[in-house]
Amino acid sequence: MFKKLRLTCNEATTICDKNQYGEATFLEKLKLNIHFIYCRICLKYTKQNITLTNLYKGHAKSCKTIKHGMSDEDKLALKKQLESINR
Amino acid sequence: MSPEEITLNPNKWIDKYADYLFNYAIVRVNNSDLAKDLVQETFFAGLKSAKNFQGKSTERTWLISILKRKVIDHYRKINSKKGQAEVRMNFYADGENEGNWLEERVPQSWDNTAEKTMENEELRSQIDICIDNLPEKYAMVFRMKTIQEFETEEICKELGITASNLWVIIHRARTQLRRCMEDNWFNK
Repeated sequence: MFKKLRLTCNEATTICDKNQYGEATFLEKLKLNIHFIYCRICLKYTKQNITLTNLYKGHAKSCKTIKHGMSDEDKLALKKQLESINR
Repeated sequence: MSPEEITLNPNKWIDKYADYLFNYAIVRVNNSDLAKDLVQETFFAGLKSAKNFQGKSTERTWLISILKRKVIDHYRKINSKKGQAEVRMNFYADGENEGNWLEERVPQSWDNTAEKTMENEELRSQIDICIDNLPEKYAMVFRMKTIQEFETEEICKELGITASNLWVIIHRARTQLRRCMEDNWFNK
């Protein structure tokens, strides 16, 4: 039974990454916390991961304020191409 | 009032939809030249198959559905580039230590974390550089999930991957990113 609760570091960090988006299941979180008892490295990974998540969130916020559009030049060139095909 | 039949009007496509389609493409592929190409291909494909348009959806929805195919085609293309995608991993692949941290890849302690987490231009550009260093497939999925904050389900549907597939990609992306940020930002 206990074997089922054991994770490798690779599995543990995968769950940790999933948890950064709030999408790990209860069982996964339980296994992850058991893993922390004997693995300090993954605990450290997790702490740093939370820091990184906050940085990425800040980055996402500013990325989302950028409005993307095509330049008028590109549009004009595209129009010409489209017209030549549509003839 | 009888429902109006929707017909295509390709002469107005660029003015009406170019920005919308471009925006749809760029938040997924994050490369303006590539996004331009995809939009162009979408319009061309739209012209070619205009006779198949049945007027059941709006022009815009119809064009987006073509662009969606183009995006998934692109994803499949970068997904099949094997070898280059599988860069060095962070864990032992087999043997007794399978799944444990490779000694040289173990997370290091970070100095001055408080100072380094202050948001500024420099930090933002470093994050972008590190994401761009990832294999293209990882960068694309990571950006969609973390920067554009799409739902897991939506990404899986759009790219035709399973959820567990997505989490493995996210995990690989994040461990590589962590390493890149450690070397180039936190412990520089």
